[in-house]
Amino acid sequence: MKLKEVSKEELYRCSYGCAGCASVLALRLTLKVLGENSVFVVPAGCISTVSAYYPQAPFFVPMTVMAFAATAAALSGISAGFKRRGREDIHVVGFAGDGGTADIGIQALSGAIDCGYKFIYICYDNEAYMNTGIQRSGLTPYGATTTTTPGRCFENRPKKDMLRIVADHGIPYAATACISYPLDFMRKVEKASKINGPTYIQVLVPCPTGWGFAPDRAIELGRMAVESGMWNLLEFENGEFHTTYTPRHKRPVAEYFEAQTRFRQLSPEQVEAIQREIDSRGAPGSS
Amino acid sequence: MRESIPGPVSKAGTVPTKMGSWSTIKPVLEGKCNFCLLCWIFCPEGAISQDEADRKVLFDHDYCKGCGICAKECPTKAIQMAEPEAGRAG
Amino acid sequence: MSIKKYITANEAVAHAARLARVEVVAAYPVTPQTTIVEKISGFIASGEMDAEFIKVESEHSALTACMGARMAGVRSFTSTSSQGLEYMHEMLAYASGGRYPLVLVDVTRSVALPWSIWGDHQDAIQQRDTGWIQIFTETGQEAMDMVLQAYRIAEDRRILLPVMVCLDGFIQSHTEELVDIPDQGTVDSYLPPYEPVVTLDVDNPYSISIGGFGRYYAAWRKEQQEAMDRARQVIVEAGDDFARIFGRHYGGLIEQYRCEGAEAIILTMGAFTGTAREVVDEMRADGKAVGLIKVRAYRPFPVRELRQALSRAKAAAVLDRDCSWGCEGALATDLKAALYSLPSPPTVLNFVGGLGGSDVPPEQMKYMLDKALSVERGAPSTMEFIGL
Repeated sequence: MKLKEVSKEELYRCSYGCAGCASVLALRLTLKVLGENSVFVVPAGCISTVSAYYPQAPFFVPMTVMAFAATAAALSGISAGFKRRGREDIHVVGFAGDGGTADIGIQALSGAIDCGYKFIYICYDNEAYMNTGIQRSGLTPYGATTTTTPGRCFENRPKKDMLRIVADHGIPYAATACISYPLDFMRKVEKASKINGPTYIQVLVPCPTGWGFAPDRAIELGRMAVESGMWNLLEFENGEFHTTYTPRHKRPVAEYFEAQTRFRQLSPEQVEAIQREIDSRGAPGSS
Repeated sequence: MRESIPGPVSKAGTVPTKMGSWSTIKPVLEGKCNFCLLCWIFCPEGAISQDEADRKVLFDHDYCKGCGICAKECPTKAIQMAEPEAGRAG
Repeated sequence: MSIKKYITANEAVAHAARLARVEVVAAYPVTPQTTIVEKISGFIASGEMDAEFIKVESEHSALTACMGARMAGVRSFTSTSSQGLEYMHEMLAYASGGRYPLVLVDVTRSVALPWSIWGDHQDAIQQRDTGWIQIFTETGQEAMDMVLQAYRIAEDRRILLPVMVCLDGFIQSHTEELVDIPDQGTVDSYLPPYEPVVTLDVDNPYSISIGGFGRYYAAWRKEQQEAMDRARQVIVEAGDDFARIFGRHYGGLIEQYRCEGAEAIILTMGAFTGTAREVVDEMRADGKAVGLIKVRAYRPFPVRELRQALSRAKAAAVLDRDCSWGCEGALATDLKAALYSLPSPPTVLNFVGGLGGSDVPPEQMKYMLDKALSVERGAPSTMEFIGL
């Protein structure tokens, strides 16, 4: 896939999303891959809030809002319904945030992967409950402040490894991605769309409002997350993990932390400890 | 008028509100565009289109929220964020 | 040709789901509902029913998956009880506000704590304000017939609201009775194929189940209430049409039994009505002016029908197998509101009983009716627990 081959059609426009919102961008790029033959389930979170208030309907394809915990169960129901109607060609897509995926929605996601219907579940991971005002979620990384982990009471637990969690369900395809690597992300969406079963993609979407950086730096921050090793671009298929992109130049995690406000309470020693932890990591899936 | 269909529904792609008014600062092409399309792919709002004949990008200020990602990511620094002159589109 | 078989109400309901040509079933085990979906699984395994059975991980997901199936344009079914219905609570309101024409069978059971698998109506009553049409049934036959009617009512273009058919845990769910199971062709003539109004249609795309600020939200809610109001008529029509084809009629929103000239009338919902019927017969034989009203539709509440039926009575004895804690039995409260505008309304005596599977035997019902006969016209209402 090359940039010039990417669809010029815009199927998501005029949301109420913040300027520089990478979640909105992830949705726009997802639709460029899947096109008009797709339907979306969007639970409580940023994307439903910015795109589902009557009469404004920024989705140019069918979508439904869904209860916070219920995304994946709706996907099973829709997919089963389309199967009955002989319309398994339609992409059934869930688009849920990190809290909607790793916290309140994890039970339904687990159940739906287990049921085995065909769907693409995309977690847009901005590492906290941004829509409600930046509260910590199960995907908030160690060391970050949020409005419920303020100051020296910063998040003291590691980010849940959702890729491993879904992989351990025996999911046919799962991947991590980052919005700063659009072709890698889009290739993964395309791959997922061709799998006849449940699939999961978790895309890191830096949030200017929640992370504390200027709106023009969302892509830069995502790049820094990958180059510092705070986020890895991986795939899980045929029972194995592999890396889809290895940064040419490694970047100290301190640089990534300094580029945003949510880590600034960390002492040099704490940053050093995080750096050591990153450096000691083994191959993907082994951590 | 609301839909005749019962319940909370809206026809897809109904966008009476454009978001262009959110910012007075907009991208304008000041230097040489090498048509790499990085600004186009990274625009969250889909406010950039491709002028294939002239091999340059066009900015639709009606859709632009002025985030500045395009200017930041432009490898040739051809995009400036500025208050556009009246009547001039990108 | 219909066939007659000794089956439980749960089995009868499974037949109804099959005969309604349900295409997606999603359910989670909970006593005393479970044998419904076991039976449906059996129908699918034997090829008697052609449907997807989504074996979800919770009731919350069961109802969500049923909504999803409707979004894809196909008829769905689920059933549950007690804690399962409680766990669905969020999605119950979602489904009605989104105007999903779902059908759910609640095999009624008490709610923890104290923990009990046995029957009362607390689970259904606690979901009263979620916007579902709620209909209580007395027998296995009525439960089956009502599920078929429920699809007609829910999918009626004037309604588009979900319907909860309630049957009493164990008394109906696990008791065999002779049930007339209709044939597919006759059911097809009563229940047409499902034609959805709006789906996730890639050729005609909509954002559905969305939000709206104040005045839009309020307008949608008003429409929901208006659909509920219309449902009173549509429930009656669906019952009348059913009677024309199948020869069985249940009275519409309420059934009145020997209410002519009755001074005291007992009100029941669900299976305990059977006992009340015999008690009324016995007391009538003793020359006592008593009658029975079986409340079938609890939501929408049959305000006009109850007002008419009780306009000449001196007192109403209301049996509630539920309680709105800090108030009284829910049916009693609703009844009082309905009777408020009568010039001389009957005294409402509320009896909360039959909780957690405890029985309300004939002598207790006789006590209720004797008490109602003995009150002075215009006496204040009372509430008491019976059977303790």
